[in-house]
Amino acid sequence: MTYLTKPRLHHPTLEKNKVGYTRRDYEGKISTLCAGCGHDSISAAIIQACWELDIQPHRVAKLSGIGCSSKTPDYFLGASHGFNTVHGRMPSVLTGANLANRDLLYLGVSGDGDSASIGLGQFAHAMRRGVRMAYIVENNGVYGLTKGQFSATADQGSKSKKGVVNSDSPVDLVAMALQLGATYVARGFSGNKAQLVPLIKGAISHGGAAFIDVISPCVAFNNHPGSTKSYDYVREHNESVSRIDFISARDEITLDAAPGEVADVRQHDGTLLRLRSLHEGYDATDRHAALNFMQAHQARGEVVTGLLYVDPLATDLHTALNTSATALNALDATRLCPGAAALDRLNASLR
Amino acid sequence: MNRIEAVNDFVIKFANVNGSGSASANELFAKAIMRMGVPVSPRNIFPSNIQGLPTWYEVRVTEQGYLGRRGGIDMMVAMNPQTWDADVAELESGGYLFYDSTRPLPKEKFRDDIHVIGMPLTEICNAVYTDPRQRQLFKNIVYVGALSVLLEIEPEVIEKLFGEQYKGKEKLLASNVQALHLGRDFAKEHLQAPLGIRVRRADKVGERIFVDGNTAAALGCVYGGATVAAWYPITPSSSVAEAFQKYCAKYRVDPATGQNHYAIVQAEDEIASIGMVVGAGWNGARAFTATSGPGVSLMTEFIGLAYFAEIPVTIINVQRGGPSTGMPTRTQQADILACAYASHGDTKHVLLFPQDPTECFEHSAAALDLADRLQTPVFVMTDLDIGMNQRLCEPFAWDDSRPLDRGKVMTAAELDAGRDFGRYKDVDGDGIPWRTLPGTHPTKGSYFTRGTTRNSYAQYSERGPDYIYNVERLLKKFATAATLVPQPVLRPAAGRTPLGVIYFGSTSPAMAEALDALALAGVQLDALRLRAFPFPASVREFIDAHERVFVVEQNRDGQMHSLLVNELDVSPAQLVRVRHFDGTPITARFITQAIQSHVQARETTP
Repeated sequence: MTYLTKPRLHHPTLEKNKVGYTRRDYEGKISTLCAGCGHDSISAAIIQACWELDIQPHRVAKLSGIGCSSKTPDYFLGASHGFNTVHGRMPSVLTGANLANRDLLYLGVSGDGDSASIGLGQFAHAMRRGVRMAYIVENNGVYGLTKGQFSATADQGSKSKKGVVNSDSPVDLVAMALQLGATYVARGFSGNKAQLVPLIKGAISHGGAAFIDVISPCVAFNNHPGSTKSYDYVREHNESVSRIDFISARDEITLDAAPGEVADVRQHDGTLLRLRSLHEGYDATDRHAALNFMQAHQARGEVVTGLLYVDPLATDLHTALNTSATALNALDATRLCPGAAALDRLNASLR
Repeated sequence: MNRIEAVNDFVIKFANVNGSGSASANELFAKAIMRMGVPVSPRNIFPSNIQGLPTWYEVRVTEQGYLGRRGGIDMMVAMNPQTWDADVAELESGGYLFYDSTRPLPKEKFRDDIHVIGMPLTEICNAVYTDPRQRQLFKNIVYVGALSVLLEIEPEVIEKLFGEQYKGKEKLLASNVQALHLGRDFAKEHLQAPLGIRVRRADKVGERIFVDGNTAAALGCVYGGATVAAWYPITPSSSVAEAFQKYCAKYRVDPATGQNHYAIVQAEDEIASIGMVVGAGWNGARAFTATSGPGVSLMTEFIGLAYFAEIPVTIINVQRGGPSTGMPTRTQQADILACAYASHGDTKHVLLFPQDPTECFEHSAAALDLADRLQTPVFVMTDLDIGMNQRLCEPFAWDDSRPLDRGKVMTAAELDAGRDFGRYKDVDGDGIPWRTLPGTHPTKGSYFTRGTTRNSYAQYSERGPDYIYNVERLLKKFATAATLVPQPVLRPAAGRTPLGVIYFGSTSPAMAEALDALALAGVQLDALRLRAFPFPASVREFIDAHERVFVVEQNRDGQMHSLLVNELDVSPAQLVRVRHFDGTPITARFITQAIQSHVQARETTP
C-alpha cells in the first residue's frame, strides 16, 4: 500500500461523463492492500465501468463480506453507501437491501474464502433467487489477511507458498452459478482490464443475478510457481471465449466486424453486449453449452475467461415477488397500515 | 363415589392421535363454550410429528376468567389407545372418563374412583359412513355432539359455528350438522346426562377476541409497517411468517396495480434470514424475522453486527424448550439471557415481553418503531404457550393518528442545509446518532457501514478513545431505551406488604390467579409485570420497596433473576427464584404452592 494521500483537487481538464462526473469522482479511499494486488486492478476496473456507464455514484450500494477483497469497496465509489457485513454473508444482506429499495444498483464484492468457503450457501441461494446485482468474487485461491491458508477455490495439486500441496477438490463458483440459475456468468482476470471493464459494465446493466469470478493473484501469498492463481499461470493458460464490447443503449451501433464473427446480445435495458467470438460456434446464450465448454477446457488446465453465459431477458427476485414499482422503503403509513376500521372488522371475525 | 360438581369451572382434556382431524373438532368445542359467554382457555399439547404420535387438547372452562393452565383434569376424552393408561391416571378423583367403547376393555384398564362413560363411536360411524376418511373425521364431531349433551352445551351455538365455518359449502355444513346430531341423539338415548360438570350461559366474554399470539404478532408487523420479512421454518414460530403472508395478501396489495407492498423470503437458514433483515433495515425498510431458540443461536453474529453498526432489526422469538433441539413443541422462557446478551463482545439488546396475543400485536408494532428509533435489534419474546394457542384477549386496537416512528434519518434537504453528519456521533444527548439511507445525496452523507471500530464520523479506527466513545454512547443509548420501551405494570396488594413478585410474559394469567389464591390464604404480594428489558427505573424502585421479591419464570436457571441481579446490582438474597421448566405452561397451583411454602418456611425459622 502507499501512504501518499491523493490530491483532493481534480485537474480542471479531466474528462467528464454524461452525468458530469470525472473518473476521480468514482474513486474511494487509498487502498490498504499490498502493492501489485490483483484486487486493486479490479477496483480500478469498477471505477472505469461506473464512469463509462454514467452512473451517479450515490445510486450504487456496495456490499461486501470479510477479507482482503471485502475491504475494497472502501477504495472505490467514495460517494456511495457501503456495507462491510459479516464473513460469507454479504449475499443475504444485499438481498435484504435490494428488497428494501429496488431503485439502486447493487454491487456485491466478495472473495474466494468469503463466497466459496464460509459463504458457499449464501452465494448459492442468492444465485437461485435471482437477486439483481453484480456479484464480483475476487478469486486468489488463498486467505490473505490470515496469511496464506488455502481457500476452497485452490486447485487440487496446487502448491502453497510454504510448499504444502492442496489435496482437496476446488469449488468452481462459475460452474455453480451456471447450475444454480445465475443469468449472467463471466470469468475475468485482474490482469486483463480491457476484458474486465466491459464484463463489469454488462453485469451492472444486467436485469438479474450477474456473477463474475475474477482471478486476482495474491502477490503476497499465491504468486509463486506451483500456484494456479499466479499472474504467470493465468496469463499462460488464459483461454478467452470472446472479446466483448459493451455498447450503451444511447450509443449508435456501427458494425465493424465481418458477419459471423460477432454475436450481439441486447439486454432488457437496451444495452448491447457485442461478443467477438474467439471460438467458433460459441453461443453465450446457451447455459449447458457454456458449462460443457468451460469444464472441457478446465480439464486441460486452461482458465476460460470472458462472458460465458447471459440470458438477455432475465428477470429478478422483485419480479418473482411482484413487489411494487415504488421502492418498499419509500412507502408511507397510509399504504402500509390498514387502519382502525379494518382492525375492528378483523376483531369481529375473531369472536 | 365422589363426583366432581362444577358449573363453568372445570378442565377437560382430549387425548387424540396426531393427524386424525381432532384439532378442528376440539377447537369447535372450545369456541362453542366461549360463544355461550363463558371464558375458555385451550392449550394444544402436541408432538414434533405430523401423523401418528399422541396429541392433547386441554380446555379450561373458567367463568372467573382464569386463563392460565390450572393443573389437574376433571374430564378426559380418551381417544388414543397409545396413551390410555397415562390419560386415565391423570384424572382427578371423582372425574369423568369418556371413551370409545366399540372394543371392550378389561376392567383393570379403568379406575374405581372415576365415572366412566363409554360410547361406541367407531361402531356408530362405521354404520353411517362408508368412506374411511369420513369415518375418522366425523368421529370427532360425533363426540362433540355427545359432549354437548353431557355438558349442556347449546347445540344451536355449534350449528351457528358450522354455518360460519362452512359458509357457501352447503354439503359440508349438512354433513357436519348430521354428525353432531348423531352424537347428540345417542347421548340423549343411552348416556346419563348431564354430568356433574356443566356449562351454563353467562356473559363473561364481552368484547374479547379469540386468537393465537403468532397471528397477532404477524398482524402487529403489518400494522407496524414491516415491508420485508425473511424467515426460516422453525416450530413454534413458523405461523408468524405464514400469518404475515396471509394478512399482507389481504391488506398490502395495491388495488390499482395488483403489486405487493411487501416482500417475504423464506431463506435458506436463519443466518440468511437475519442477514436479509439487516440489509433491509440498513436500507430503510422495516423488516423482521420470526424464529425460535436454535434460530437465535445461528443469528447471533449478525445480531452483534446490528448492535454495533446500529441497524434496526426486529426479531420475534417464539420461545420453546431448550437447550439444543430441546423440547421443540413445548414452552419455556429460556432464551432471555441468550437474547439479552446475544453475540460476542459487550452487547445488550432490547427485549419486549408480551403477556398475550393482544400484546403480541402491540409489542410487534412497537418493536418496529423502537428498532428504527434506537437503531438496534429489538426482540419480541413471546413463547409457544402464547404463540400457538388461541387465547381469549382484549381486542386489537389502533389509533389512526399514530405515525410510524422512523427515528433519526437525515434527509437530503438537511444535508444541503449544511447539517453536520457524524454517523456515530451523539448530537442530541440521548446516545442515538443520526443515519442516512443509501442513495440520499450525490455528495453528502454517504458512509461506510462496518462491524469494525470506527470514529464518530464512521471512519475506520482502532484508536482506544474512539472505541470507548462509541461503546459508552451505546450504553447511553441503552439507558434511553429504558424510557421508551413498554413500562412495567404494577398490581398492588390490598394493603402494605414486604413481599413482592416479579413476572412476565406467558406467566401472566397463572400469576393473576395465584395472586387471588394467595390473597385468600392471607399472603399479600405487590406484583410487577415486566414488559421490557432494559429495566426502567421503576423496577429497581419496586425491588427496593420490598424485603423479598419472588421472581417467577419458566426456565431452570432463573434467567430473569440473573438479569435483574446483573443489571440492577441488587442483592441476590433479596430475590427468590420461582422456576417452572418441565415444558408445560406454568400453573397457578404451582406458583401458589411455591410462594406459600417459602413464606411458611420463613415464618417457622426464627
